[in-house]
Amino acid sequence: MIDAIAAMLVNADFWSAVLRIATPLIFGTLGVLLCERAGVLNLGIEGIMVAGALMGWLAVYLGASLWAGVLVAALTGAVFGVLHGVLTVPLALSQHVAGLAITLFATSVSYYAYRVSFPNVTTPPTVQTFAEMSWLPLAVLDKQTPLTLLALVLVPVIGWVLYRTPVGLAIRMVGENPAAAEGQGLNVNAIRIGAIVCGSALMGVAGAFLTLSAFNAFFINMVNGRGWICVALVVFASWRPGKALAGALLFAFFDALQLRVQQVAGDGLPYQVYLMLPYVLSIVALILVARRAAYPQALMRPYRKGER
Amino acid sequence: MRLEARAELSRSMLVAAPFVAIAATLAIAAAFVAWAGAPVGRTYALIFDGGFGSRFAWSETLTRATPLILTGLAAAVAFRARLYNIGAEGQLYVGALAAIAVGGLHGGTGFELPAAVLHPAMLVAAMAAGALLMLVPALLKTRLGVDEVVTTLLLNFIALLFVSMMLDGPMKDPMAMGWPQSVALQDTLELAKLIERTRVHTGLLYAIALAVLLWGLFRYTTFGFEARAVGANARAAAFAGVPVQRTVVVVALLSGALAGLAGAIEVAGRTGYVTLDMSPGYGYSGIVIAMLAGLNPLGVVAAAIFVAGILVGADSMSRGVAVPTYIADVIVSVALLSMLVATAFARYRLRWN
Repeated sequence: MIDAIAAMLVNADFWSAVLRIATPLIFGTLGVLLCERAGVLNLGIEGIMVAGALMGWLAVYLGASLWAGVLVAALTGAVFGVLHGVLTVPLALSQHVAGLAITLFATSVSYYAYRVSFPNVTTPPTVQTFAEMSWLPLAVLDKQTPLTLLALVLVPVIGWVLYRTPVGLAIRMVGENPAAAEGQGLNVNAIRIGAIVCGSALMGVAGAFLTLSAFNAFFINMVNGRGWICVALVVFASWRPGKALAGALLFAFFDALQLRVQQVAGDGLPYQVYLMLPYVLSIVALILVARRAAYPQALMRPYRKGER
Repeated sequence: MRLEARAELSRSMLVAAPFVAIAATLAIAAAFVAWAGAPVGRTYALIFDGGFGSRFAWSETLTRATPLILTGLAAAVAFRARLYNIGAEGQLYVGALAAIAVGGLHGGTGFELPAAVLHPAMLVAAMAAGALLMLVPALLKTRLGVDEVVTTLLLNFIALLFVSMMLDGPMKDPMAMGWPQSVALQDTLELAKLIERTRVHTGLLYAIALAVLLWGLFRYTTFGFEARAVGANARAAAFAGVPVQRTVVVVALLSGALAGLAGAIEVAGRTGYVTLDMSPGYGYSGIVIAMLAGLNPLGVVAAAIFVAGILVGADSMSRGVAVPTYIADVIVSVALLSMLVATAFARYRLRWN
């Protein structure tokens, strides 16, 4: 069995699977990271991914191009981002509650819309998905779709924006010390809402990857907790884009591993034990980093001018 | 644009807020119904009829409300102390499993104990199982500072897989033809019917009694005061000598126990065994119910009946007009959002400068 696992680890197919599993997590984790860097928790991610998955897929199904579908998914995410932003920033509602409400709303509206659009289907309708980039001369990457490439490119881009540009500095500032940011003449509310909208757009794209690349149809329950995993990964990544990528890959590695070990091991353990593994590992990862987690100082603290 | 706290909270605005929220919900949901191409008035009439229109409708609604009251209380208790327990779904399932472990027909025998002993043992086991599952995130929060939202959410998936494992393995019903279903509960442990020829069972009384009890606990006891103080401002509470960490852990255990009890009551009152689809998200609906009720235990009863009525009503409505049953979830989530916004505006005023 050790041999079988060793053989698997040098197999390019295995690493292709890792990257495929990681892609929606990279988009989602970057999305959560943007929101939280600006000081706002966004538990809407689970529902926003569902809405992005549906709307991106629906656009392509109705004849739009694949990239237009991705754009529609991003816009869908952005719309929910505006809603979350209004609820949590100027209205200063509990970020936990508003996020959960958005998840419930986005999920139920998506399922409702799917059923209204396709009342009597027995097999889910499908679309032509993104093609693999077989023109790339790189072993593992040539089995991926352009969306994975986009995710990988976004990591340094967001890192650069956050650490090397005035916009990034402003985002980090309103997440650490909004009063000081205000003192510098920054509009805290506008920056926070902007960050939430951009982050939510990425969450929408994370959903669209599922329907336009990983699968070719929309299913009920297809997001299945991936959004919550992203929220955990951001803590694990200490709110840094590079570490977020590493965390997503690590998680995907274990997820791909459990699937294959399950096949190799046969009837040894109940299959549920393997399926539990990624969730257990996420909790273990949270415990490991708990002591040195460098939370953005103003995370979950609404800001009101003139209040202390 | 900014918000300014109203100097004086107007009682009439706070009372009006829920009604404004309900009106907004009906208006928004009407757009969704119209989009499906159905007559709005008739759809609403069918939902209301199916949920509250007859003796049968009421009995179904109250049956559905029973677990929702308990999960709603689980959320309300925890959220009061600002402990975000999103894990009621998993706690409900392990509670149901524990109830069967104590009171199920194992190999046709079960525990050789009189029902008078076994019945409380079953309920206690379910509460202990739910509390135990909640103890993990509570300790991680108080000892290590791990955010409980993520851990309780992830534990839901772990708990459901664990239940699935038990239904495939040691607790599998050999007579279920390969369907993942647990062994059945002993007949003597089933809850009595409250109204003849309906499914309403005495679990409803347990749920309402607990709501009253918790209302009193939060209003009149030191522990209730401490829990509210921790929720309002943990640092100030600690400064005033409230044992914050201990309070959080006790609240967590209480919340987990309530959700676990919901599982046992469902098994003993309605299903008679555990399946993987016995709860259509009761744990998550509990959070909505708690929020709609403003975290007030007595309000939870009313909110649970409202939500249950919509769910039951939508089921029967979809047999009459072509509107997907997901409209129920849309109505409930829009109601939550409207309620949040309406209460925010009752407390704050908008300034455009």
